[in-house]
Amino acid sequence: MPITDQARERLVADAQAIIARYPVPRSALLPMLHLVQSEEGYVSPDGIAFCAQMLDLTTAEVAAVATFYTQYKRHPNGTYTVGVCTNTLCAIMGGDEIFTALEEHLGIGHDETTADGAITLEKVECNAACDYAPVMMVNWEFFDNQTPGTAREVVDRLRSGEAVAPTRGASKVCSFKEVSRVLAGFDDGRADEGVGAGTASARGTALARQKGWTAPAAGSGTTPSSDGKEG
Amino acid sequence: MATTLTPVLSAFWDDRKSWTLETYERNGGYAALRKALAMDPADLVTLVKDSGLRGRGGAGFPTGLKWSFLPKPDGGPRYLVVNADESEPGTCKDVPLMMATPQFLIEGVIITSYAIGCHKAFIYVRGEVVHVYRRLLAAVEEARAKGYLGDNILGTGYDLDIVVHAGAGAYICGEETALLDSLEGRRGQPRLKPPFPAVAGLYARPTVVNNVESIASVPSIVSNGADWFKGMGTERSTGYGFFSLSGHVTRPGQYEAPLGITLRELLDMAGGVRGGHELKFWTPGGSSTPLFTTEHLDTPLDFESVGAAGSMLGTRALQIFDETTCVVRAVLRWTEFYKHESCGKCTPCREGTYWLVQVLKRLEEGNGSEADLDKLLDICDNILGRSFCALGDGATSPITSSIKYFRDEYVAHLTNGGCPFDPVRSTLFEGAAV
Repeated sequence: MPITDQARERLVADAQAIIARYPVPRSALLPMLHLVQSEEGYVSPDGIAFCAQMLDLTTAEVAAVATFYTQYKRHPNGTYTVGVCTNTLCAIMGGDEIFTALEEHLGIGHDETTADGAITLEKVECNAACDYAPVMMVNWEFFDNQTPGTAREVVDRLRSGEAVAPTRGASKVCSFKEVSRVLAGFDDGRADEGVGAGTASARGTALARQKGWTAPAAGSGTTPSSDGKEG
Repeated sequence: MATTLTPVLSAFWDDRKSWTLETYERNGGYAALRKALAMDPADLVTLVKDSGLRGRGGAGFPTGLKWSFLPKPDGGPRYLVVNADESEPGTCKDVPLMMATPQFLIEGVIITSYAIGCHKAFIYVRGEVVHVYRRLLAAVEEARAKGYLGDNILGTGYDLDIVVHAGAGAYICGEETALLDSLEGRRGQPRLKPPFPAVAGLYARPTVVNNVESIASVPSIVSNGADWFKGMGTERSTGYGFFSLSGHVTRPGQYEAPLGITLRELLDMAGGVRGGHELKFWTPGGSSTPLFTTEHLDTPLDFESVGAAGSMLGTRALQIFDETTCVVRAVLRWTEFYKHESCGKCTPCREGTYWLVQVLKRLEEGNGSEADLDKLLDICDNILGRSFCALGDGATSPITSSIKYFRDEYVAHLTNGGCPFDPVRSTLFEGAAV
């Protein structure tokens, strides 16, 4: 599906806003690739040409960058990317079983999309939530401590069009295109949704409270006696 | 118990809206900035040097010293780039920090930028954590609305803008020069050093690249002083840091403690290894740091002691594996990760990680021979120290350390004709109907 003139006008304005953030225009390329994904659901040849034109690069230069990063899709993506962490720790904690269960349940493999266009299934690398293993990401929102059963339930609800909330994140998982637009640097106003620290993240905080442990001279803004000599 | 937790950055993670500027200020936030802006920038560099703060991104290079490497101002721009590309397997501290209390990072960025004479700072956050990105964007806007960012900050005449930049999925971008290339809109490939970023970094201008936790620790040092910081930790590994427990442990999570705490102490706090099981092996600082075993339970987790025991403190990412875990399976999976994430620039890493996977696969499947173990060690020897960056070096760590401690288990795969372990027994939901 080529980019329409109307869409193009909008994309040009967005791209100019991105370029204006940086001292050197080429720094805008990664966010702009997220931006073209937000329009077409993947980085199409049109999207590559658009970035090249806006940044005065060749399409080869843009394609070289687009193919380096795993978040840029080279064919139309589903509405939801379901990524199961199968790096060592999550795999051992059950990620392998979850991925296999989803393959069987959805009838697709890694980097494939269901016929209804709802789900793209992926194996993902460590997503920095190891204390919640095994972890599943849906459009880059956290689904913590999954089992094959909970993972199947999540994809079923997504496919039926239900709003599904991640364990930690926005109050519902947004579409792949919507999330791609956020990653291009356009705030969707959802930062105040969801939890701060999840249960595992705050375990040390909770234990310290229970035991009455604090850092010495807790209460920042205080000025201990050692201070004068540094100022 | 000798050591207790010392929550600073995680002190109010249980607050209902921990991420807002209002919560941050209620807990003393931005007092450090006011104090810093009244100081001479050079004194701030000295203060952080004196605190002994060492980089929290894994390498442990002294933060203040890194700042002091910037050449004298020449009138051109100087940059601060925060490495928020947390991707090292097992590492999960910066992401919760930015999700729960992003203002620690923002205040740290402003103070650091002032100290090094930077007027445009960048936070490069991995793209695979969209809610963290939202929180950072919102935190910058909240700080700007309050006059902590923008032109003439708090009436001091100092100007600073922060750009929060999302990556797009590449482990290598956690390497500081690859990150800079990526931020310049290129493939994330490490640069030859020297020149180091301090001399020729972003857009070939003087640049400081620091980890999230390092920068977030700066306000507490400014508020409380270098001696306060040095009062925690050990002589050469000062201060506090996150210890991230994951895997086969009763209460996995983030535990903020003085450097030098031991795994035995941390496991006590976290309820021990999961019920009915015992510790087999663990990583002290992510998958790129050589494995430890039960014999290292009392090794102080500081840079020197972990190094002396044959590993690295890294990012204090303590991945705990019990006796149900096949070490060959674990190491194969990490090796597949390094192969996938090798950027391809340097031949030893690109080709070496490919062959390591082939050999490990046949060993795990029981099709190899004992000579394969020597082959693995030989390939590792040809990767280690022979590439631009440390990714290839990291790939060798789990292999050489697992052969050192668990050679018999590799051999058991050969005599058994395959893996002798039942993977289901290792899972979180073992025994449950799923």
